Amino acid sequence: MVNSSGRDALSGTFHNEPPKSPWGGGSDKDDGNGGGPRNPWSVPPEGRRSRTGSPSALDELWRRARSGGGGGGLPGVPTGARLWLLILAGLLAVWVLYTSIHPIGPREKGVVTFLGRYSGTLDPGIQFTLPAPFQLVDVVDVGNIRTENFPNSGENLMLTGDQNIVDLAYSVRWDVRSASAYVFQIADPRETVRATAESAMRAVISNTTLNEAIGEGRSKIEAEAQVAMQKILDEYGAGIRIQGVAIQKAAAPAQVDDDFKAVTAAQQEAESNRNNANAYAQRVIAASQGEAAEFDKIYEQYKLAPEVTKRRLYYETMEAVLANTNKTIVEAPGVNSYLPLPALRRGNAPADAQDKGVAK
Amino acid sequence: MAWARNPIALVVAVIVVLIVLMSTVAIVPETKQVVVLRLEKPYRTVNAYKAGEGFGRTNAGPVFRIPFVDRLVWVDKRILDVDLPDEPVLSTDQLRLEIDAYARYRVTDPLRMVVTVGTEERLREQLQPLLRSSLRNELGKRRSSTLLSPERGQVMDNVQDSLQRLASQYGVQIVDVRIKQTELPSGSPLTSALTRMATARRQEAETIKAQGLKDAQIIRANAQAQAAQIYAAAFNKDPKFYDFYRAMQSYRTTFLSPDAKGESQIILSPSNEYLREFTGQR
Repeated sequence: MVNSSGRDALSGTFHNEPPKSPWGGGSDKDDGNGGGPRNPWSVPPEGRRSRTGSPSALDELWRRARSGGGGGGLPGVPTGARLWLLILAGLLAVWVLYTSIHPIGPREKGVVTFLGRYSGTLDPGIQFTLPAPFQLVDVVDVGNIRTENFPNSGENLMLTGDQNIVDLAYSVRWDVRSASAYVFQIADPRETVRATAESAMRAVISNTTLNEAIGEGRSKIEAEAQVAMQKILDEYGAGIRIQGVAIQKAAAPAQVDDDFKAVTAAQQEAESNRNNANAYAQRVIAASQGEAAEFDKIYEQYKLAPEVTKRRLYYETMEAVLANTNKTIVEAPGVNSYLPLPALRRGNAPADAQDKGVAK
Repeated sequence: MAWARNPIALVVAVIVVLIVLMSTVAIVPETKQVVVLRLEKPYRTVNAYKAGEGFGRTNAGPVFRIPFVDRLVWVDKRILDVDLPDEPVLSTDQLRLEIDAYARYRVTDPLRMVVTVGTEERLREQLQPLLRSSLRNELGKRRSSTLLSPERGQVMDNVQDSLQRLASQYGVQIVDVRIKQTELPSGSPLTSALTRMATARRQEAETIKAQGLKDAQIIRANAQAQAAQIYAAAFNKDPKFYDFYRAMQSYRTTFLSPDAKGESQIILSPSNEYLREFTGQR
């Protein structure tokens, strides 16, 4: 009001006045500071001293503190007090900057609350919010895939569907799907994941037989456990995604391991027995086929000339046989010994006995 | 300009303002619900749980209170859990199982919860025995095979229902009841189970071995039958010639085998077929 009345007066004097008038105070923008000394109301008393530009309030404060003339009391005390004020202001500025600028990493999200209430999620990059008591940011690592191992150590015995016991070691990989749900929904997300994993895995194993669990059923168990876990966590609204379940080890408990190995050994043994039998079968059948073929060929020829062939075979065989044996011919029927056969046998017998004696 | 001249007063004033603010305003985060007690009487709740309410649309935010008159009781709004480790349960077929169960719950009526139990710790202390008794009642009615089978889901639903009936008086909603582990207790039950497994395996091993031997024998028998068939098909064309032919083979084998060489004595009668020409009769 003060300004406008002054300007009215001036504008009355100089019509179409340019901004840079010698009076200075006529400019709209320079209300208060940049005006010339002509306008007594718009300028603080200390402002009369020579100054350039527009000093900040802090400069003003500092100058006043040094001049010592601005306030009452001893020169030293107010100076200290103003220093305190400056330090407080500086701390406040640092606090404001520190709590309102948030560098969010590429794999992170920032969950923002305004006076406690959820107000949004910050994406990666440098992000700005209101300073601390008003807006708070909870930075969540969403890109990082966490791994939970079961068991942490030792054996992890589980009951299977056929009431056997299997020693199972597995791991669960999970990450955060919804940063806000992750922060607000579950009291202890990691513990929840672990409990859920154990529950789901045991439920799946209790539907599986031991042989499946330690054998070919692994990938099926992994997939089923993952689906079951995800379902439970979604029921909680946990904002957690199960990336995968991996079975590291599925074996019989150590106490019965030998007996399980015995089964494998028995399988090997049975298989080798079968192989031997098959080898024998091949041999026998091949031999029979060979012999049959031989007979067929000869029989073919025999049919063409039965008598001759038969006699030829007979003589050839007898020739071969008799050529290699000792022969005795008894001339007439009823005459028992051209040669003393018993003596012959006896003569042979001691030799046999001697041979045997030597052998013994 | 008085504040600038008297900064100590300013600081004091700021502190006073802060104290007043802190005693009159509290900030309720998304994860908490608040019961306001005015002169220790339940007055109202702030940010109480409502099903299906999205974050950001809740009543979280600053809440005003009268210092020394209002007292705020903070109750967690998130899903909490109560654990029941290593609980022995006896099934109807007298099998002792060790069960590790947990329940997840949420305080949905904070006012009722504060009136009945007061604090979260005491709520947990109350819920644990309730969970234990619900679990035992339900599981004690079942055979052990049920506890280890797909029907377990139904059992757990029953446990959840009965626990919910008991927990409703505390303003608590049971989200989920689950068995983390079902174990045979260590000691004799575990040992006997392992022994059973071992004997079952030994039986399996013996069965596999016996099957192997049986298969081998059958394979041999089949081969022999096939061979006999092949022989018969060939030799049956002329049994007499076979007899002759086979006899020739047999003589060769008998008298010409390397072992028998020189050992055989053959006594021939002159009437022998082989010596027919030898006697020169014809």
